[in-house]
Amino acid sequence: MAKVSTMQENNDYKSKYSFSKPEHYVFKSKKGLSKAVVEEISYQKGEPSWMRDFRLKSYEIFETKKTPTWGPDLSELNYDDIYYYIKPIDKKSANWQDLPKEIRDTYKKIGIPEAERKYLAGVEAQYDSEVIYGSIKKDWEEKGVIFTDTDTALKKYPDLFKEYFAQAVPPSDNKFAALNSAVWSGGSFIYVPKGVKIDIPLQAYFRINSPQMGQFERTLIIVDKGAQVHYVEGCTAPIYTSDSLHAAVVEIFVKKGARCRYTTIQNWSKNVYNLVTKRAFVEEEGTMEWIDGNLGSKVNMKYPSCFLKGKGARGELLSISSAGKGQEQDSGGKMIHLAPATTSRIVSKSISKDGGKTAFRGLVKMIKGVKGAKTHVQCNSLILDEKSAATTYPSMQIEEADVEAAHEATVGKIGEEQLFYLMSRGITQNEATSLIVNGFIDPIVKELPLEYAIELNRLIQLEMIGSVG
Amino acid sequence: MLEIRDLHVSADGKEIIKGVSLKIKPGEIQALMGPNGSGKSSIALALAGHPHYKITSGKVLLDGRNITKISPDKRAKLGLFLAMQHPVAIPGVSVANFLRTSLCSSKKGSPTAKFVETFKKDMKELRIDESFASRGINDGFSGGEKKKSEILQLSLLKPKYAVLDETDSGLDIDSLKIVTAAIKKAVGPGIGILLITHYQRILKYIQPGFVHVLVDGRIVKSGGYKLAEEIEDKGYQAISNAKIQMSKEIQSPND
Repeated sequence: MAKVSTMQENNDYKSKYSFSKPEHYVFKSKKGLSKAVVEEISYQKGEPSWMRDFRLKSYEIFETKKTPTWGPDLSELNYDDIYYYIKPIDKKSANWQDLPKEIRDTYKKIGIPEAERKYLAGVEAQYDSEVIYGSIKKDWEEKGVIFTDTDTALKKYPDLFKEYFAQAVPPSDNKFAALNSAVWSGGSFIYVPKGVKIDIPLQAYFRINSPQMGQFERTLIIVDKGAQVHYVEGCTAPIYTSDSLHAAVVEIFVKKGARCRYTTIQNWSKNVYNLVTKRAFVEEEGTMEWIDGNLGSKVNMKYPSCFLKGKGARGELLSISSAGKGQEQDSGGKMIHLAPATTSRIVSKSISKDGGKTAFRGLVKMIKGVKGAKTHVQCNSLILDEKSAATTYPSMQIEEADVEAAHEATVGKIGEEQLFYLMSRGITQNEATSLIVNGFIDPIVKELPLEYAIELNRLIQLEMIGSVG
Repeated sequence: MLEIRDLHVSADGKEIIKGVSLKIKPGEIQALMGPNGSGKSSIALALAGHPHYKITSGKVLLDGRNITKISPDKRAKLGLFLAMQHPVAIPGVSVANFLRTSLCSSKKGSPTAKFVETFKKDMKELRIDESFASRGINDGFSGGEKKKSEILQLSLLKPKYAVLDETDSGLDIDSLKIVTAAIKKAVGPGIGILLITHYQRILKYIQPGFVHVLVDGRIVKSGGYKLAEEIEDKGYQAISNAKIQMSKEIQSPND
């Protein structure tokens, strides 16, 4: 049984945040958003005035924008019923036994070691991995790589920060980008200098001082000319959180000849609205790869995009979504071709079962003059039973004649013939279903780091055994 | 013994098999021949438990156990194997992974090292390239590759009874020799085989002890190997015109 670490948290708060102004304390525990809360956030973080002004302006934009209605139903989202900053201590799920049973069972079945379970459950603070990655960290620092959290980066590298912050995703982009811009906290900041190629993937939890599972994370990645980096975040195991709204923003700048891969797997508990804006600007001969796994949350809306701004720039998106009971996975991506000889590829695989709904929204835009541009979009949906649904909204806006554009979409059930074939070899229906589903997502799973791939396969197996028959 | 008793099979509401009876003992090879549309594949698929082919009356008994209504995987576990005429492709599921899962399910699961050894040996004998193992099952396979793949599974799974549905179709003469050699090797340990074929070419390499002629869902004639030669000479029409046998109990040569 996990120890409740309330005493530890109290001490952390005292050291990090000043309690010398009692009149501010009331905002910390209050739900809802207001100009005062935004100011308080900035004050508590000790930010420069330009950031405070930016936040306030973003809040105004947030207030004027309407909640989008073109996608899943967001009408139940109550902005006043959310904590936007520090939450009262007893609200956090500090007890292992308080976790929903299905999550505890999943952890056990997947075989997550005891210590990691506690970390994932938010019961204990992240174990000190200084010893483990200390030497790797030294190596990066010598090369001039910056890998820290966004709050620290604002203070430590102000010029670099200001040059790129909000340049890809302005607060006016959409309501949730505006919200994030007003209340953002945490996230990763990565800068890779010219020509530096980082071999091992940078993982989100390598960061020290990283607030766990931030709802309004703001990530900024800058890959300078000829450099290369692979960033990985998220977890295949289900993460329980009482925060019902997650609105992150990720901005990536890939300079000339550079390469960036961003891998995410999200498996938030089924009470979460995960509404994320992710965008990359790719310059000449640069490459951006999004690997996007959407397994959890109640409503997930995420459309990673690439703006291919320089000649020969490349954008790729591989996306898996799985929607079970009570879930809506609304995913897809955008590829905007703004220069000649640019190429893009989208592969989206989605699975729906037990009444889950998936939707693919893809946009490929090619402006006039992008001669020699090429794109290929493939979206496949698998529906496992009659209760579930899958829709696709592919869109191509091509304004240049001298390009190649191809699109294929399939929506289907698991073939009766395929099931029969496997069963005729002694494989049970459940096993056959999970073999087929794993085969269906294989082209994307192949691109995941090995541990993710293994866990994902086991998760799918678990889900299939639970749902069939 | 694999016994089919007065089997009636329908698909899409239409009766295709109108009362067929057969008995196959371990170690026996029996051939089922007939013109297109006679229902040969329907029998094969109904035996394996394909959901589309409904057994409306009659029984199928495997070693005395009534398997008429049980699911395909349970029939396979009891020792029945069907080499299909048109094996379906399952992209993303590798041949190796599929076979391993299948062997484990049938509780014939060998330790991995031994599995790989046997697997490689069998592939070599069938003249299948090693790269085969990592391809999606039947995905992009040529006709010949599909048939070899079915026989590879037969060799590895070692069932008690095997129904081979037009294994010879689409094979060139060299491949036919290789495949039939593999089948004969599998028969050695005492598998009972029902060989379904349209042409008698394969029967030159695997001589059945008994031949049955199926026309329009009924067995119209049964006999020894010579019957196959008669068909080659005279054709199916002549045979079925000569005599129509209605649901007669067929004696196996060893009775």
